[in-house]
Amino acid sequence: MPALPLEEAGKYVAGAYGVFVVLILVYVAIIGAKVARIEQELETLNDLVDKRAT
Amino acid sequence: MFGKRLLPLAIATAVGIGLTLALVFFYAPNDADQGFVQKIFYVHVPMAIVALFGFMAAGIMAVKHLRTGDQRWDMRSYVAIHMSIILGVGVLVTGSIWARAAWGHWWVWDEPQLVSFLIVFLLYCVYYPLRFSIEDRERQARYSSVFAIVAGAFVPLNFIAVRLAETFTHPRVLGTTAGGMPGSMRFTFIVALISMTLLFITLMKLELTSKRASDQLKRLRRKLEAQAASA
Repeated sequence: MPALPLEEAGKYVAGAYGVFVVLILVYVAIIGAKVARIEQELETLNDLVDKRAT
Repeated sequence: MFGKRLLPLAIATAVGIGLTLALVFFYAPNDADQGFVQKIFYVHVPMAIVALFGFMAAGIMAVKHLRTGDQRWDMRSYVAIHMSIILGVGVLVTGSIWARAAWGHWWVWDEPQLVSFLIVFLLYCVYYPLRFSIEDRERQARYSSVFAIVAGAFVPLNFIAVRLAETFTHPRVLGTTAGGMPGSMRFTFIVALISMTLLFITLMKLELTSKRASDQLKRLRRKLEAQAASA
């Protein structure tokens, strides 16, 4: 198959690199959400300990 | 809360990916045969190599788990497989895009490299139902390790199958002899491969840190509940 013209090839290249970026961003967002949940649980536990202390 | 060395690793990864993109689009020449579309090679192939080595590394970590009984090795093995599966999704999607642009088809079933990677990917997809169908943590870790070792040993066959394949439909840019790729392309590819490896290690460390923090939190909660019950 002959090489595609730049404007058409550009769409495929942008698509491939876009998939890579989206994949990493989604993964980092999921990890971010997990860390936020851990932080929230830590706050809850901290409050619990404070209540017991008083 | 984050593990040691995570920040320098994350910075090195970001610099590596930035450098790779600059080299891909401003330094490496267009391929004489495929033209601009060949730029997909610099994201697709490093992802595939790192994913396959990730699967094999998971097997080695599983061996360490079975030999030492240390649960941390099981967790590392699990996270390595998890990361490789994510990269595997990227490999299959970018590979399909490249195939469509280069061959005019989204998928070619008689191409051994594609099909063997798909088989490896599907094999590892079985890991999740196997792992999470076992409730007992020790049995779960042991069975998962056995799976990771057996499947990890299967992965090199993927490389060998491709090398033995007679058809050369799949673009063979990494020749076994010198001269397969110009120096500028080879350099760009090596930088891309190092960056992808750094990304894999960084994300693996991030996931492990998050899992450890979550486990510690669970233990703390149990301790507090036990204290409340005894008071």
